Amino acid sequence: MAQLFDLALVIWLIALAVHITMARTDQNAIIAFIAFGLLLGLGWVQLSAFDVALTEIAIGAGVTGILLLSAEAHMRKARTSTKATGTKIAKAEASTTGTVSKATTIDEGRRIGAVGVITTAIACAAVTVGLGFAVLLLPNPAPTLAPAAAAALDATGLGNPVTAVLLAYRALDTLLEKVVLLLALVGVWSLAPDRLWDGAPALRPAEVPEPLAYLARVLPPFGVLIAVYMFWVGADAPGGTFQAGTVLAAMWLIVMIAGLRQPPDTALKTLRLLLVGGPALFLAVGLIGFIIADGFLAYPEAIAKPLILVIEAALTLSIGVTLAMLVAGPAQKAREP
Amino acid sequence: MTAVLAPTTLFGLCGAALVGIGLFVVLTHPSLLRRIVGFNLLGAGIFLVFGVVARRGAAAGFAGDPVPHAMVITGIVVAFSATALAVALLRRLLELTGRSTLDNGEPPDPEPRSKP
Amino acid sequence: MTLLADAFTVIAVSAGALLFLAGTIGLLRFPDTLSRLHALSKADNLGLGLIVLGLLPQAGSLSGGLKLVCVWLLAQLSAATASQLIAGRIHRRKSGS
Repeated sequence: MAQLFDLALVIWLIALAVHITMARTDQNAIIAFIAFGLLLGLGWVQLSAFDVALTEIAIGAGVTGILLLSAEAHMRKARTSTKATGTKIAKAEASTTGTVSKATTIDEGRRIGAVGVITTAIACAAVTVGLGFAVLLLPNPAPTLAPAAAAALDATGLGNPVTAVLLAYRALDTLLEKVVLLLALVGVWSLAPDRLWDGAPALRPAEVPEPLAYLARVLPPFGVLIAVYMFWVGADAPGGTFQAGTVLAAMWLIVMIAGLRQPPDTALKTLRLLLVGGPALFLAVGLIGFIIADGFLAYPEAIAKPLILVIEAALTLSIGVTLAMLVAGPAQKAREP
Repeated sequence: MTAVLAPTTLFGLCGAALVGIGLFVVLTHPSLLRRIVGFNLLGAGIFLVFGVVARRGAAAGFAGDPVPHAMVITGIVVAFSATALAVALLRRLLELTGRSTLDNGEPPDPEPRSKP
Repeated sequence: MTLLADAFTVIAVSAGALLFLAGTIGLLRFPDTLSRLHALSKADNLGLGLIVLGLLPQAGSLSGGLKLVCVWLLAQLSAATASQLIAGRIHRRKSGS
Protein backbone atom coordinates (compact mmCIF):
# COMPACT_ATOMS: atom_id res chain seq x y z
CA MET A 1 0.00 0.00 0.00
CA ALA A 2 2.79 2.37 0.94
CA GLN A 3 4.60 1.31 -2.23
CA LEU A 4 1.53 2.18 -4.28
CA PHE A 5 1.47 5.62 -2.67
CA ASP A 6 5.18 6.11 -3.41
CA LEU A 7 4.66 5.07 -7.00
CA ALA A 8 1.73 7.48 -7.44
CA LEU A 9 3.78 10.27 -5.86
CA VAL A 10 6.74 9.66 -8.17
CA ILE A 11 4.49 9.56 -11.24
CA TRP A 12 2.89 12.86 -10.19
CA LEU A 13 6.28 14.47 -9.62
CA ILE A 14 7.56 13.49 -13.05
CA ALA A 15 4.26 14.44 -14.73
CA LEU A 16 4.41 17.89 -13.12
CA ALA A 17 8.04 18.31 -14.18
CA VAL A 18 7.10 17.48 -17.77
CA HIS A 19 4.17 19.89 -17.52
CA ILE A 20 6.55 22.63 -16.36
CA THR A 21 8.63 22.00 -19.48
CA MET A 22 5.63 22.08 -21.81
CA ALA A 23 3.35 24.68 -20.16
CA ARG A 24 2.36 27.47 -22.51
CA THR A 25 2.81 30.39 -20.13
CA ASP A 26 5.40 30.98 -17.43
CA GLN A 27 2.63 31.65 -14.90
CA ASN A 28 1.21 28.20 -15.56
CA ALA A 29 4.63 26.61 -15.16
CA ILE A 30 5.32 28.41 -11.88
CA ILE A 31 2.01 27.34 -10.35
CA ALA A 32 2.81 23.77 -11.39
CA PHE A 33 6.22 24.21 -9.77
CA ILE A 34 4.60 25.20 -6.45
CA ALA A 35 2.40 22.09 -6.56
CA PHE A 36 5.54 20.10 -7.42
CA GLY A 37 7.30 21.48 -4.33
CA LEU A 38 4.39 20.52 -2.05
CA LEU A 39 4.30 16.96 -3.43
CA LEU A 40 8.07 16.73 -3.12
CA GLY A 41 7.63 17.59 0.56
CA LEU A 42 5.40 14.51 0.86
CA GLY A 43 8.15 12.53 -0.84
CA TRP A 44 10.62 13.67 1.80
CA VAL A 45 8.20 12.49 4.49
CA GLN A 46 8.17 9.08 2.77
CA LEU A 47 11.97 9.11 2.98
CA SER A 48 11.71 9.82 6.77
CA ALA A 49 13.40 13.21 6.32
CA PHE A 50 10.97 15.43 8.22
CA ASP A 51 13.33 18.40 8.62
CA VAL A 52 13.96 18.40 4.88
CA ALA A 53 10.23 18.09 4.18
CA LEU A 54 9.53 21.23 6.24
CA THR A 55 12.35 23.13 4.54
CA GLU A 56 11.29 22.01 1.06
CA ILE A 57 7.68 23.09 1.59
CA ALA A 58 8.58 26.40 3.27
CA ILE A 59 11.47 27.48 1.04
CA GLY A 60 11.40 25.25 -2.05
CA ALA A 61 7.68 25.66 -2.69
CA GLY A 62 6.60 28.67 -0.62
CA VAL A 63 9.22 31.40 -0.79
CA THR A 64 10.62 30.40 -4.19
CA GLY A 65 7.05 30.26 -5.48
CA ILE A 66 6.16 33.78 -4.35
CA LEU A 67 9.48 35.08 -5.69
CA LEU A 68 8.89 33.58 -9.14
CA LEU A 69 5.21 34.53 -9.26
CA SER A 70 5.87 38.16 -8.37
CA ALA A 71 8.72 38.32 -10.89
CA GLU A 72 6.43 36.89 -13.57
CA ALA A 73 3.65 39.35 -12.78
CA HIS A 74 6.11 42.25 -12.77
CA MET A 75 7.62 41.22 -16.10
CA ARG A 76 4.22 40.72 -17.70
CA LYS A 77 3.17 44.18 -16.57
CA ALA A 78 6.42 45.75 -17.76
CA ARG A 79 5.98 44.17 -21.17
CA THR A 80 2.37 45.23 -21.62
CA SER A 81 3.15 48.80 -20.53
CA THR A 82 6.02 49.15 -22.98
CA LYS A 83 3.78 47.63 -25.61
CA ALA A 84 1.13 50.23 -24.86
CA THR A 85 3.52 53.14 -25.26
CA GLY A 86 4.74 51.58 -28.44
CA THR A 87 8.42 52.08 -27.74
CA LYS A 88 9.28 48.50 -28.50
CA ILE A 89 10.13 47.15 -31.88
CA ALA A 90 8.29 44.15 -33.20
CA LYS A 91 11.25 41.81 -32.98
CA ALA A 92 11.62 42.16 -29.24
CA GLU A 93 7.90 41.71 -28.88
CA ALA A 94 7.90 38.49 -30.85
CA SER A 95 10.64 37.06 -28.69
CA THR A 96 9.06 37.93 -25.35
CA THR A 97 7.58 35.00 -23.52
CA GLY A 98 4.21 36.33 -22.40
CA THR A 99 2.94 36.21 -25.93
CA VAL A 100 4.30 32.68 -26.31
CA SER A 101 3.49 32.71 -29.95
CA LYS A 102 4.84 30.48 -32.63
CA ALA A 103 7.32 33.24 -33.35
CA THR A 104 9.07 32.41 -30.09
CA THR A 105 9.68 28.82 -31.02
CA ILE A 106 10.65 29.68 -34.57
CA ASP A 107 13.03 32.34 -33.33
CA GLU A 108 14.45 29.91 -30.82
CA GLY A 109 14.53 27.11 -33.36
CA ARG A 110 16.66 29.27 -35.61
CA ARG A 111 19.12 29.76 -32.78
CA ILE A 112 19.92 26.18 -31.84
CA GLY A 113 17.87 24.33 -34.44
CA ALA A 114 15.75 21.20 -34.20
CA VAL A 115 18.92 19.09 -34.36
CA GLY A 116 20.29 21.00 -31.41
CA VAL A 117 17.14 20.41 -29.37
CA ILE A 118 17.18 16.68 -30.14
CA THR A 119 20.89 16.41 -29.32
CA THR A 120 20.30 18.21 -26.03
CA ALA A 121 17.39 15.93 -25.24
CA ILE A 122 19.53 12.85 -25.87
CA ALA A 123 22.35 14.26 -23.75
CA CYS A 124 19.93 15.00 -20.88
CA ALA A 125 18.45 11.51 -21.17
CA ALA A 126 21.99 10.13 -20.97
CA VAL A 127 22.57 12.05 -17.75
CA THR A 128 19.32 10.63 -16.36
CA VAL A 129 20.22 7.06 -17.35
CA GLY A 130 23.71 7.40 -15.88
CA LEU A 131 22.36 8.79 -12.63
CA GLY A 132 19.71 6.06 -12.57
CA PHE A 133 22.41 3.39 -12.83
CA ALA A 134 24.38 5.14 -10.11
CA VAL A 135 21.30 4.94 -7.87
CA LEU A 136 20.75 1.27 -8.68
CA LEU A 137 24.41 0.43 -8.08
CA LEU A 138 24.81 2.27 -4.77
CA PRO A 139 27.15 0.27 -2.50
CA ASN A 140 25.61 -2.23 -0.11
CA PRO A 141 25.79 -1.87 2.88
CA ALA A 142 25.49 1.88 2.44
CA PRO A 143 28.20 4.06 3.96
CA THR A 144 26.90 6.29 6.73
CA LEU A 145 28.01 9.09 8.99
CA ALA A 146 25.12 8.53 11.39
CA PRO A 147 27.28 7.11 14.23
CA ALA A 148 29.61 10.14 14.06
CA ALA A 149 26.59 12.47 14.10
CA ALA A 150 25.18 10.52 17.05
CA ALA A 151 28.41 11.17 18.94
CA ALA A 152 27.99 14.92 18.26
CA LEU A 153 24.42 14.59 19.52
CA ASP A 154 25.62 13.24 22.85
CA ALA A 155 28.23 15.99 23.16
CA THR A 156 25.75 18.83 22.64
CA GLY A 157 22.70 17.62 24.54
CA LEU A 158 20.43 18.23 21.53
CA GLY A 159 17.70 15.75 20.59
CA ASN A 160 17.37 16.45 16.86
CA PRO A 161 20.29 14.90 14.91
CA VAL A 162 19.86 17.27 11.96
CA THR A 163 20.14 20.34 14.18
CA ALA A 164 23.22 18.81 15.82
CA VAL A 165 24.83 18.29 12.41
CA LEU A 166 23.91 21.80 11.24
CA LEU A 167 25.19 23.63 14.31
CA ALA A 168 27.83 21.40 15.87
CA TYR A 169 29.14 18.52 13.76
CA ARG A 170 29.24 20.48 10.47
CA ALA A 171 28.87 24.03 11.81
CA LEU A 172 31.39 25.38 9.28
CA ASP A 173 29.06 24.52 6.38
CA THR A 174 26.18 26.31 8.05
CA LEU A 175 28.27 29.39 8.76
CA LEU A 176 29.46 29.59 5.15
CA GLU A 177 25.89 29.11 3.94
CA LYS A 178 24.83 32.18 5.90
CA VAL A 179 27.60 34.10 4.18
CA VAL A 180 26.31 32.86 0.80
CA LEU A 181 22.83 34.13 1.68
CA LEU A 182 24.25 37.55 2.57
CA LEU A 183 26.36 37.63 -0.61
CA ALA A 184 23.26 36.84 -2.68
CA LEU A 185 21.47 39.74 -0.99
CA VAL A 186 24.42 42.07 -1.71
CA GLY A 187 24.21 40.91 -5.32
CA VAL A 188 20.47 41.57 -5.51
CA TRP A 189 20.78 44.99 -3.91
CA SER A 190 23.59 46.07 -6.20
CA LEU A 191 21.31 45.57 -9.20
CA ALA A 192 19.43 48.72 -8.21
CA PRO A 193 20.21 51.77 -10.37
CA ASP A 194 22.71 54.19 -8.78
CA ARG A 195 20.18 56.87 -7.91
CA LEU A 196 18.03 54.34 -6.00
CA TRP A 197 20.94 52.60 -4.28
CA ASP A 198 19.98 53.25 -0.66
CA GLY A 199 16.23 53.38 -1.27
CA ALA A 200 13.52 50.87 -0.45
CA PRO A 201 12.16 47.95 -2.49
CA ALA A 202 8.55 48.23 -3.60
CA LEU A 203 6.17 45.37 -2.84
CA ARG A 204 2.73 46.91 -2.40
CA PRO A 205 0.42 46.60 -5.42
CA ALA A 206 -1.41 49.67 -6.69
CA GLU A 207 -4.53 48.71 -4.77
CA VAL A 208 -4.69 46.26 -1.88
CA PRO A 209 -7.82 44.06 -1.86
CA GLU A 210 -9.68 44.15 1.44
CA PRO A 211 -9.37 40.38 2.25
CA LEU A 212 -5.58 40.58 1.88
CA ALA A 213 -5.34 43.47 4.33
CA TYR A 214 -7.52 41.49 6.73
CA LEU A 215 -5.28 38.42 6.45
CA ALA A 216 -2.19 40.59 6.99
CA ARG A 217 -3.71 41.85 10.23
CA VAL A 218 -4.95 38.49 11.56
CA LEU A 219 -2.24 36.02 10.51
CA PRO A 220 1.10 37.50 11.68
CA PRO A 221 0.59 37.03 15.45
CA PHE A 222 -0.12 33.32 14.88
CA GLY A 223 2.69 33.09 12.36
CA VAL A 224 5.24 34.55 14.76
CA LEU A 225 4.03 32.17 17.46
CA ILE A 226 4.42 29.22 15.06
CA ALA A 227 7.91 30.43 14.12
CA VAL A 228 8.98 30.63 17.77
CA TYR A 229 7.54 27.15 18.36
CA MET A 230 9.35 25.71 15.32
CA PHE A 231 12.62 27.25 16.45
CA TRP A 232 12.15 25.96 20.00
CA VAL A 233 11.25 22.34 19.14
CA GLY A 234 14.03 22.34 16.53
CA ALA A 235 16.50 21.38 19.24
CA ASP A 236 14.77 18.06 19.86
CA ALA A 237 12.30 17.44 17.03
CA PRO A 238 11.95 18.31 13.33
CA GLY A 239 12.07 22.08 12.91
CA GLY A 240 14.77 24.65 13.45
CA THR A 241 16.23 27.94 12.29
CA PHE A 242 15.57 27.70 8.56
CA GLN A 243 11.94 26.70 8.85
CA ALA A 244 11.24 29.25 11.59
CA GLY A 245 13.10 31.96 9.69
CA THR A 246 11.05 31.23 6.58
CA VAL A 247 7.78 31.55 8.49
CA LEU A 248 8.97 34.88 9.94
CA ALA A 249 9.92 36.06 6.45
CA ALA A 250 6.49 35.07 5.11
CA MET A 251 4.74 37.02 7.87
CA TRP A 252 6.80 40.14 7.23
CA LEU A 253 6.25 39.84 3.48
CA ILE A 254 2.48 39.59 3.83
CA VAL A 255 2.46 42.71 6.02
CA MET A 256 4.56 44.59 3.44
CA ILE A 257 2.52 43.37 0.47
CA ALA A 258 -0.72 44.43 2.15
CA GLY A 259 0.84 47.86 2.67
CA LEU A 260 0.46 47.87 6.46
CA ARG A 261 4.20 48.57 6.74
CA GLN A 262 6.52 49.96 4.10
CA PRO A 263 9.61 47.94 3.16
CA PRO A 264 12.61 49.51 4.93
CA ASP A 265 15.29 51.52 3.13
CA THR A 266 18.19 49.24 2.31
CA ALA A 267 20.49 51.78 3.96
CA LEU A 268 18.70 51.47 7.30
CA LYS A 269 21.19 50.71 10.09
CA THR A 270 18.82 48.47 12.07
CA LEU A 271 18.06 46.39 8.99
CA ARG A 272 21.73 45.86 8.21
CA LEU A 273 22.46 45.02 11.83
CA LEU A 274 19.70 42.38 11.82
CA LEU A 275 21.03 40.92 8.57
CA VAL A 276 24.60 40.59 9.79
CA GLY A 277 23.79 39.91 13.46
CA GLY A 278 23.16 36.16 13.25
CA PRO A 279 26.21 35.18 11.19
CA ALA A 280 28.41 37.63 13.14
CA LEU A 281 27.38 36.08 16.47
CA PHE A 282 27.94 32.61 15.04
CA LEU A 283 31.42 33.64 13.88
CA ALA A 284 32.23 35.33 17.20
CA VAL A 285 31.23 32.24 19.20
CA GLY A 286 33.26 30.16 16.74
CA LEU A 287 36.34 32.30 17.37
CA ILE A 288 35.84 32.21 21.15
CA GLY A 289 35.95 28.42 20.72
CA PHE A 290 39.73 28.80 20.29
CA ILE A 291 39.93 29.99 23.90
CA ILE A 292 37.20 28.12 25.79
CA ALA A 293 37.12 24.86 23.78
CA ASP A 294 39.19 22.80 21.35
CA GLY A 295 39.22 25.19 18.42
CA PHE A 296 37.20 27.08 15.81
CA LEU A 297 33.44 26.46 16.13
CA ALA A 298 33.89 24.07 19.05
CA TYR A 299 31.69 24.47 22.10
CA PRO A 300 32.57 23.57 25.71
CA GLU A 301 30.39 20.60 26.54
CA ALA A 302 28.79 22.05 29.68
CA ILE A 303 27.17 25.05 27.94
CA ALA A 304 26.89 23.62 24.42
CA LYS A 305 23.10 23.49 24.31
CA PRO A 306 22.35 27.03 25.62
CA LEU A 307 25.09 28.40 23.38
CA ILE A 308 23.60 26.67 20.33
CA LEU A 309 20.12 27.95 21.22
CA VAL A 310 21.39 31.56 21.44
CA ILE A 311 23.14 31.24 18.07
CA GLU A 312 20.01 29.68 16.59
CA ALA A 313 17.79 32.50 17.86
CA ALA A 314 20.01 35.16 16.28
CA LEU A 315 20.29 33.12 13.08
CA THR A 316 16.51 32.66 12.86
CA LEU A 317 15.98 36.43 12.94
CA SER A 318 18.76 37.02 10.39
CA ILE A 319 17.47 34.33 8.04
CA GLY A 320 13.93 35.70 8.26
CA VAL A 321 15.05 39.22 7.36
CA THR A 322 17.43 38.01 4.62
CA LEU A 323 14.82 35.82 2.93
CA ALA A 324 12.20 38.59 3.03
CA MET A 325 14.64 41.12 1.56
CA LEU A 326 15.70 38.64 -1.14
CA VAL A 327 12.06 38.27 -2.20
CA ALA A 328 11.53 42.04 -2.00
CA GLY A 329 14.35 42.54 -4.52
CA PRO A 330 16.50 45.60 -5.28
CA ALA A 331 15.50 49.13 -4.32
CA GLN A 332 12.83 50.66 -6.53
CA LYS A 333 12.10 53.90 -4.72
CA ALA A 334 14.59 56.63 -3.94
CA ARG A 335 15.30 57.24 -0.31
CA GLU A 336 13.12 59.86 1.32
CA PRO A 337 15.29 62.68 2.59
CA MET B 1 9.97 -5.83 -9.48
CA THR B 2 9.59 -5.32 -5.79
CA ALA B 3 13.26 -4.27 -5.62
CA VAL B 4 12.56 -1.41 -8.02
CA LEU B 5 9.50 -0.47 -5.99
CA ALA B 6 11.50 -0.09 -2.77
CA PRO B 7 11.11 3.56 -1.72
CA THR B 8 14.82 4.31 -1.95
CA THR B 9 15.18 3.02 -5.52
CA LEU B 10 11.91 4.57 -6.62
CA PHE B 11 12.73 8.06 -5.36
CA GLY B 12 16.31 7.71 -6.58
CA LEU B 13 15.11 7.01 -10.12
CA CYS B 14 12.61 9.87 -9.78
CA GLY B 15 15.50 12.16 -8.80
CA ALA B 16 17.48 11.01 -11.84
CA ALA B 17 14.51 11.76 -14.12
CA LEU B 18 14.06 15.21 -12.56
CA VAL B 19 17.73 16.02 -13.15
CA GLY B 20 17.33 15.16 -16.84
CA ILE B 21 14.11 17.17 -17.25
CA GLY B 22 15.50 20.15 -15.34
CA LEU B 23 18.71 20.13 -17.38
CA PHE B 24 16.70 20.07 -20.61
CA VAL B 25 14.65 23.11 -19.52
CA VAL B 26 17.78 25.00 -18.46
CA LEU B 27 19.51 24.33 -21.78
CA THR B 28 16.72 24.77 -24.30
CA HIS B 29 13.74 26.78 -23.07
CA PRO B 30 13.39 30.18 -24.74
CA SER B 31 12.03 31.91 -21.63
CA LEU B 32 14.72 32.76 -19.12
CA LEU B 33 12.25 32.70 -16.23
CA ARG B 34 11.34 29.14 -17.21
CA ARG B 35 15.02 28.29 -17.22
CA ILE B 36 15.20 29.44 -13.60
CA VAL B 37 12.30 27.12 -12.77
CA GLY B 38 14.19 24.36 -14.59
CA PHE B 39 17.26 25.07 -12.49
CA ASN B 40 15.11 24.50 -9.40
CA LEU B 41 13.82 21.21 -10.86
CA LEU B 42 17.40 20.12 -11.47
CA GLY B 43 18.27 20.98 -7.87
CA ALA B 44 15.23 19.10 -6.54
CA GLY B 45 16.34 15.99 -8.44
CA ILE B 46 19.85 16.14 -6.99
CA PHE B 47 18.46 16.63 -3.48
CA LEU B 48 16.23 13.59 -3.93
CA VAL B 49 19.24 11.44 -4.86
CA PHE B 50 20.93 12.76 -1.70
CA GLY B 51 17.82 11.88 0.28
CA VAL B 52 18.03 8.31 -1.01
CA VAL B 53 21.67 8.10 0.08
CA ALA B 54 20.59 9.39 3.50
CA ARG B 55 17.72 6.90 3.79
CA ARG B 56 19.99 4.00 2.90
CA GLY B 57 22.52 5.15 5.49
CA ALA B 58 20.05 4.66 8.34
CA ALA B 59 22.08 3.65 11.39
CA ALA B 60 22.69 4.43 15.04
CA GLY B 61 18.96 4.44 15.71
CA PHE B 62 18.14 7.16 13.15
CA ALA B 63 15.72 6.67 10.25
CA GLY B 64 18.29 8.26 7.96
CA ASP B 65 21.82 9.59 7.91
CA PRO B 66 21.47 13.14 9.31
CA VAL B 67 24.55 14.48 7.52
CA PRO B 68 23.09 14.38 3.97
CA HIS B 69 19.81 15.71 5.43
CA ALA B 70 21.63 18.75 6.81
CA MET B 71 23.41 19.21 3.48
CA VAL B 72 20.11 19.09 1.59
CA ILE B 73 18.62 21.72 3.92
CA THR B 74 21.68 23.90 3.31
CA GLY B 75 21.34 23.20 -0.40
CA ILE B 76 17.67 24.22 -0.54
CA VAL B 77 18.48 27.55 1.11
CA VAL B 78 21.45 28.20 -1.20
CA ALA B 79 19.34 27.25 -4.25
CA PHE B 80 16.77 29.80 -3.13
CA SER B 81 19.37 32.56 -2.80
CA ALA B 82 20.73 31.72 -6.25
CA THR B 83 17.18 31.85 -7.62
CA ALA B 84 16.60 35.25 -6.03
CA LEU B 85 19.81 36.60 -7.57
CA ALA B 86 18.93 35.16 -10.98
CA VAL B 87 15.43 36.67 -10.84
CA ALA B 88 16.87 40.08 -9.91
CA LEU B 89 19.32 39.87 -12.83
CA LEU B 90 16.49 38.91 -15.18
CA ARG B 91 14.32 41.82 -14.04
CA ARG B 92 17.23 44.20 -14.59
CA LEU B 93 17.80 42.72 -18.06
CA LEU B 94 14.17 43.33 -18.92
CA GLU B 95 14.37 46.86 -17.52
CA LEU B 96 17.45 47.74 -19.57
CA THR B 97 16.75 45.95 -22.85
CA GLY B 98 13.05 45.07 -22.83
CA ARG B 99 13.89 41.42 -23.41
CA SER B 100 13.41 38.35 -21.25
CA THR B 101 14.98 35.88 -23.63
CA LEU B 102 18.46 35.31 -24.94
CA ASP B 103 18.75 35.61 -28.69
CA ASN B 104 21.41 36.73 -31.08
CA GLY B 105 19.27 39.35 -32.76
CA GLU B 106 20.37 42.97 -32.68
CA PRO B 107 19.41 44.66 -29.42
CA PRO B 108 16.03 46.37 -29.60
CA ASP B 109 15.42 50.09 -29.43
CA PRO B 110 17.41 51.41 -26.45
CA GLU B 111 14.69 53.97 -25.79
CA PRO B 112 12.98 52.23 -22.82
CA ARG B 113 16.28 52.41 -20.96
CA SER B 114 15.78 54.37 -17.76
CA LYS B 115 17.75 57.59 -17.48
CA PRO B 116 20.67 57.31 -15.08
CA MET C 1 -13.02 1.28 22.62
CA THR C 2 -9.96 1.53 20.37
CA LEU C 3 -11.90 -0.42 17.77
CA LEU C 4 -14.67 2.17 17.91
CA ALA C 5 -12.17 5.03 17.62
CA ASP C 6 -10.47 3.32 14.68
CA ALA C 7 -13.79 2.76 12.93
CA PHE C 8 -14.67 6.44 13.45
CA THR C 9 -11.31 7.47 11.99
CA VAL C 10 -11.74 5.29 8.93
CA ILE C 11 -15.27 6.55 8.27
CA ALA C 12 -14.52 10.24 8.81
CA VAL C 13 -11.25 10.26 6.83
CA SER C 14 -12.88 8.32 3.97
CA ALA C 15 -15.74 10.81 3.89
CA GLY C 16 -13.23 13.66 3.86
CA ALA C 17 -11.26 12.06 1.03
CA LEU C 18 -14.49 11.57 -0.91
CA LEU C 19 -15.30 15.28 -0.53
CA PHE C 20 -11.82 16.12 -1.83
CA LEU C 21 -12.46 13.88 -4.82
CA ALA C 22 -15.82 15.56 -5.48
CA GLY C 23 -14.23 18.99 -5.15
CA THR C 24 -11.46 18.05 -7.58
CA ILE C 25 -13.97 16.75 -10.13
CA GLY C 26 -15.86 20.02 -9.74
CA LEU C 27 -12.64 21.98 -10.24
CA LEU C 28 -11.96 20.12 -13.45
CA ARG C 29 -15.49 20.00 -14.85
CA PHE C 30 -17.30 23.20 -13.85
CA PRO C 31 -17.54 25.79 -16.59
CA ASP C 32 -16.53 29.09 -14.94
CA THR C 33 -14.18 30.28 -12.22
CA LEU C 34 -16.80 31.18 -9.63
CA SER C 35 -18.45 27.75 -9.64
CA ARG C 36 -15.01 26.14 -9.61
CA LEU C 37 -14.20 28.16 -6.50
CA HIS C 38 -17.48 27.00 -4.99
CA ALA C 39 -16.57 23.34 -5.62
CA LEU C 40 -13.11 23.83 -4.22
CA SER C 41 -14.22 25.53 -1.02
CA LYS C 42 -16.43 22.55 -0.16
CA ALA C 43 -13.47 20.21 -0.45
CA ASP C 44 -11.23 22.57 1.50
CA ASN C 45 -13.47 23.31 4.44
CA LEU C 46 -15.58 20.21 4.96
CA GLY C 47 -13.14 17.67 3.54
CA LEU C 48 -10.18 18.85 5.59
CA GLY C 49 -12.48 19.31 8.59
CA LEU C 50 -13.65 15.70 8.37
CA ILE C 51 -10.09 14.42 7.99
CA VAL C 52 -8.93 16.39 11.04
CA LEU C 53 -11.97 15.23 12.99
CA GLY C 54 -11.22 11.65 12.03
CA LEU C 55 -7.59 11.96 13.06
CA LEU C 56 -8.38 13.50 16.47
CA PRO C 57 -8.89 10.12 18.25
CA GLN C 58 -5.46 9.05 16.94
CA ALA C 59 -3.69 12.22 18.12
CA GLY C 60 -2.43 10.60 21.32
CA SER C 61 -2.04 13.78 23.32
CA LEU C 62 -4.09 16.92 23.91
CA SER C 63 -1.44 19.19 22.40
CA GLY C 64 -1.28 16.97 19.30
CA GLY C 65 -5.04 17.28 18.86
CA LEU C 66 -4.89 21.04 19.36
CA LYS C 67 -2.22 21.30 16.66
CA LEU C 68 -4.47 19.37 14.27
CA VAL C 69 -7.35 21.76 14.93
CA CYS C 70 -4.99 24.72 14.44
CA VAL C 71 -3.96 23.31 11.05
CA TRP C 72 -7.61 23.20 10.06
CA LEU C 73 -8.27 26.76 11.27
CA LEU C 74 -5.23 28.17 9.47
CA ALA C 75 -6.17 26.34 6.27
CA GLN C 76 -9.69 27.80 6.59
CA LEU C 77 -8.32 31.31 6.96
CA SER C 78 -5.97 31.09 3.99
CA ALA C 79 -8.52 29.29 1.78
CA ALA C 80 -11.20 31.89 2.55
CA THR C 81 -8.80 34.73 1.78
CA ALA C 82 -7.57 33.15 -1.44
CA SER C 83 -11.16 32.54 -2.65
CA GLN C 84 -12.12 36.14 -1.80
CA LEU C 85 -9.11 37.48 -3.69
CA ILE C 86 -9.82 35.42 -6.80
CA ALA C 87 -13.54 36.21 -6.74
CA GLY C 88 -12.87 39.92 -6.17
CA ARG C 89 -10.50 40.00 -9.09
CA ILE C 90 -13.08 38.38 -11.40
CA HIS C 91 -15.74 40.80 -10.18
CA ARG C 92 -13.51 43.78 -10.93
CA ARG C 93 -12.59 42.45 -14.34
CA LYS C 94 -16.29 41.98 -15.20
CA SER C 95 -17.59 45.30 -13.90
CA GLY C 96 -14.53 47.48 -14.48
CA SER C 97 -12.48 47.63 -17.62
